[in-house]
Formats: sequence, structure tokens, C-alpha cells
Amino acid sequence: MNIQVNGRRIQLNEHEITIGELLESYNVTKRISVVEHNKEIIKKEEYEQTKITNGDTLEIVHFVGGG
Amino acid sequence: MEERYSRQELFSGIGSEGQALLAEKHVLIIGAGALGSANAEMLVRAGVGKITIVDRDYVEWSNLGRQQLYTEEDALTSLPKAKAAEQKLLAINSRVKIVGIAEEFHAENAEQLVESVDILIDGTDNFNTRFIINDVTCKLNVPWVYGGCLESHGTCLAILPGKTPCLKCLFDYLPQEGGTCDTLGIIGPAVQMTAAYQTAECLKFLTGQLMSPEMVYFDVWERQSSSVEVTKLLDPECSSCSSQADYPFLKKEKGLRTYMLCGRETVQVRPGQIEGFSLKALNDRIKQVTSEVRGNGELLIFQINHLRFVVFKDGRTLIHGISDTSEAQKLYQQYIGA
Repeated sequence: MNIQVNGRRIQLNEHEITIGELLESYNVTKRISVVEHNKEIIKKEEYEQTKITNGDTLEIVHFVGGG
Repeated sequence: MEERYSRQELFSGIGSEGQALLAEKHVLIIGAGALGSANAEMLVRAGVGKITIVDRDYVEWSNLGRQQLYTEEDALTSLPKAKAAEQKLLAINSRVKIVGIAEEFHAENAEQLVESVDILIDGTDNFNTRFIINDVTCKLNVPWVYGGCLESHGTCLAILPGKTPCLKCLFDYLPQEGGTCDTLGIIGPAVQMTAAYQTAECLKFLTGQLMSPEMVYFDVWERQSSSVEVTKLLDPECSSCSSQADYPFLKKEKGLRTYMLCGRETVQVRPGQIEGFSLKALNDRIKQVTSEVRGNGELLIFQINHLRFVVFKDGRTLIHGISDTSEAQKLYQQYIGA
């Protein structure tokens, strides 16, 4: 399937994955991330249940410690 | 129109009215590392009335690659960053009142430092201090601008206590995982871009405009960026910013406090209260133990075996070459005092 992540088009072999799985594949720590799925902000408790399907748009931001 | 600020006043977002407002404002910057330096220089050039900058560290060679206020001379003399920053900022704009404080920002001094400022800028490199900032700004209703950067990426979020989500609303624990600038590295462009977002939000607030409700994230190397509007995540039961807040990070501790500086094989030891502590007396005492002693009036550095001790005026000490906090506490009691 094709999805858009942070403005970039991404092709995935899976037909369906959850937000939790996508974050893991990007190595993003779930507890310090904020995710918008098709313009809707997703609560952390819902990452594992929320499914991403073909054509979806995601914005992923996360906190960074350094400075 | 004053020549110095003429270009900024021409910018429609600020104008001469905005410029006049800036001159009356007081900004507190916590941390004078890479982000703190970059924000401070922009705000001083922009003509903010007063800047207070607080930092617990001193200048080292590894800082010169990106911490723009410092020079080789500062690293050679191990000048505290707050003092070196104060000198450089005054040389840039002598009309701005600048106060450099070479201390740690902690639960005991946080309220006193924050109570009279208009806004706070995060120039820290750790979440421990950021959660103290978060609690104290929520308690005193002072806005602040979070910024963080690592490798080639960075992020920024402006926080208006009670109106937009605070740090605690967005995540509820102290992250221990993830790298630091001392382990994964950092490049100057990531610093500059993060600081640019922070200073822009700060200037908006100081000139009476709304700050952005979006959290922005970018990778300047990969040319990627993203923004998410986070207002919906304001937690009505937050322990830091709601009406039931109990400010967990402002709880005061007693006695010696130790803190491991991530990725640096360094432990900081901070005494609660030590009466009559003087660097000069310590200098005289320590010379009988080791000949490797030097100082610059602001701090005293001495070496014992493979360990390097850097002692500040308030007795706070960085012990380099150790990563065991209880061992560090023992060494502190042995060489500096109880």
C-alpha cells in the first residue's frame, strides 16, 4: 500500500499495519511521540488499535532531548 | 526609527510598536549551551530589554563546534558558560541588560528566577530540567518555548500554561532512552533551525501576538518536516497544569544531590546549603593533596588520580571520569565538604 508520512510518499509491503507498528519500524519511542492520522490526532492508548490503510496520511512528531 | 533595529521594525509582523514592546520585556533562558547561545544572541540583537541566562556548566573544546557565543579563550580558561555568555552578549548589544547566572536551575531556585520574567526559553539538554521548567511555569503562569535537537533533527513547541498542552500533558514520564548530543552527536544547522523556531515564537509572544499551537519537527539533513496541532491534547487532569496540579517536579530534596550527566562519564554533586564555602579556602586545602590545581575566580579545577573535579562558587561540583553517583558523593565529602 501507499501512504504519506510527513509529506513523503511511502510504499509498504503490508496491506494493513497499526500506528504502533509503523512507529516501531521508524524507531520512534511511542511515549514521546505525537501522531496525526488523516488530520485527526491519535491518543497514545489507541496506537495499537488504529489501522493504517492505503492512501492514509500521517504526521509524526516526537520530543527530542538534546540542546 | 533607531538604526540598529531598523530592518526588524520594517518587518510588518513587528513594526515600531512591536520594537517598543520588546524593549520592556524580560526573557529568562535556561541553559547556555547550543540552543541557549543561539536564542540569546538573536534576542539580544533583536533588542529585548533584559535577558537572564542560567547555566551550570563551563566552556570546553567540544562546545566550540556549535555553541556560537564561545571562543577558544573561553575554553582555555574554562570560563562558566553563563559568565562567558554575559560578556559576549554585552559586547553585541550594550543597551540590553544581561545577567548571567552560573548555577544549576533546580526546584529550590526555580520560582525565584521565573517569577518576574515575561517568558522562558528552554536551552537545556535534558528532560529532568525541562520538567522543573514545566512545573514552575505552570505554577506561575509564565509561557515557555520548548526546543530540543539531536543529530540533524529538532523540534519546538510553545507552551501557554492552562491554554495549550504542557510537557506533562504530552508525555508522563522522564525519558531515559534515546541519545544525547554527547552520544549521538549534533550538527550546527539542527541547532540553528530549532533556535530559529523558538526565537520566532518568543518574539511573537513579546509583541502581543499568538504563538503557534503546533509542535514542529524537522530533519534538516533529510529535508523532512512535520507539524501537528496539539491543543486537543490539553489534559484536564494534568498534575502540572490543571486546577488539581501538585507540581511533582518542584518537590524539594534535602542534603547532597547527585546527578549523572548523560553520556559524559560525569557526575554533578550539589550541596543543599553550605555555609561559608569559599573557593579560596578550598584552593589552599586542596593544594596539600594535589599539585594539579587551577582556577579563574569563577571556579576551581583540580585533578586527583584520573578524576577531574570542577568546583563552582556555590560548592556545586562536576566530577569527570566517574559514573557511579554514590562513589561521587563519597569523593565530594572527602575533598570538598559535607
